[in-house]
Amino acid sequence: MLQIVSYTIARDLRLALRRPADLVSVLFFFIIVASLFPLGVGPEADLLRQLAPGVLWVGALLATMLSLPRLFADDHRDGTLEQLALSPNPLGLMVLGKVIAHWLVSGLPLALLAPVLGLQFDLPADALWVLTFSILLGTPALSGIGAIGAGLTLGLRGGGVLLSLLVLPLYIPVLIFGAGAVDATVSGLGPGAHLSLLAALTIGGVAFAPWAAAAALKIALE
Amino acid sequence: MYWNSFSDFLAMGGYGFYVWGSFGVTALVMVLEPLLITRRRRATESRLTRQIRAEARQEHA
Amino acid sequence: MSMINWFKFSAPSTFYPLAGRLIPVFWALFAILALAGLWVGFFVAPTDFQQGEGYRIIFIHVGASWMSMFTYLVMAFWAGMGLAFNTRLSGMMASALAPTGALFAFISLWTGALWGKPMWGAWWVWDARLTSELILLFLYIGFIALTHAIDDTRRADKAGAILALVGVVNVPIIYFSVKWWNTLHQGASVSLTKAPAMASIMLWGMLLCALAMWMYSLAVALMRVRVIILERERHTDWVKELLAKRSQ
Repeated sequence: MLQIVSYTIARDLRLALRRPADLVSVLFFFIIVASLFPLGVGPEADLLRQLAPGVLWVGALLATMLSLPRLFADDHRDGTLEQLALSPNPLGLMVLGKVIAHWLVSGLPLALLAPVLGLQFDLPADALWVLTFSILLGTPALSGIGAIGAGLTLGLRGGGVLLSLLVLPLYIPVLIFGAGAVDATVSGLGPGAHLSLLAALTIGGVAFAPWAAAAALKIALE
Repeated sequence: MYWNSFSDFLAMGGYGFYVWGSFGVTALVMVLEPLLITRRRRATESRLTRQIRAEARQEHA
Repeated sequence: MSMINWFKFSAPSTFYPLAGRLIPVFWALFAILALAGLWVGFFVAPTDFQQGEGYRIIFIHVGASWMSMFTYLVMAFWAGMGLAFNTRLSGMMASALAPTGALFAFISLWTGALWGKPMWGAWWVWDARLTSELILLFLYIGFIALTHAIDDTRRADKAGAILALVGVVNVPIIYFSVKWWNTLHQGASVSLTKAPAMASIMLWGMLLCALAMWMYSLAVALMRVRVIILERERHTDWVKELLAKRSQ
């Protein structure tokens, strides 16, 4: 079982590293979106500090979504996906591997980049730590839920826009607890409760979403 | 009965715009939706009838 | 015995005439309940001592909110049935219900805004219930957009079913998180979830209006499902016979 997961992760990572431009453009998207906000609302440090958790989290969320349409599309085009669906191994495990690989090339680098962007918003040091940690903790759920959307919209016209329409409402709890954790740190309340709920969402998302995504893929391949 | 006159009823104690705005839009939606479904039904029926006739003609020919 | 009957009526060809007979019944019930509800709402229920006449908006607002949430549950139920038993009718029911549910979510938001302006002084307040209702509308729109984007109706039904089931699992999570967010950010500054104690006659008016909306939803969903059945079963003999009879 673990073999299928680790094999899929290794394969997807290899494929992703063959195209480093995709990875880099996701990160630059995040940087640009986060940098647009101070230009839009003005440079007052107090205001920016208040906006930072929400802006950075929304930016991370949109950046994660950017790479979702590609999650299954390449494997679908060259027929790999159909072969995998026909193999005796559970498709859900393969999807789990893809979700983890997607997180490694989107969620993880975004989390490492986030504190640098947090400095632009004059966030205090403890908030920067919480920001990084909350993005690390929350983005696996985003990749998992996103996989359901990617499976449902596989091969459809205008799939990218449709994907965001389906997935964004489902991202709301992750956004609330993720940005809430940073917010709570800034205001001195402590991020504990938010982070535990975020962890619960991620465990639930990573445990169940791959199976729903696998069901969606089977329908798309019929 | 709490209304002394019809204009009193329309005014809704100063809330006329809000009350009638709510009930009006709801009524509009509840009239339009069945009308649109009926129109879609008519269009479907006539399209299918035409198709069936065309198929029958082809079989004869 | 009852099993046999259920599966018999789950065939589109038997459900179609049954729905046709039921629609006028639901319209009649709707007319009676709506008239009674409006009568109670406007002529029996007294003026509210806090909110004046403006509170009369809740006679439709509450019913519409209930309807929008309940319709989503029913939609997810049909979606699950369709996936579990692979019945054609289930997917048709789900796609017939979605637009009506979305309209009720819209009505709920619209009347909420019109009630909020005079009562709270703002068209829109980020109250937990209003926000959840807005997200519910997004979920409906996602379902409709997805099922319309897929040309193959069988795939559309199944994909929509998965989305509806994922949505129904998420609705409580979303509601809880929005509520948590709301209490943290607004505290006691706006306490709108607590409705003032209502006279029982007001409750009766609300209940009658909500029941009227139930009947409306049933009638409209059946009307829509009949059109969907015609479109999807157009190649079957019974539809051809039906249309031939009609055009004579």
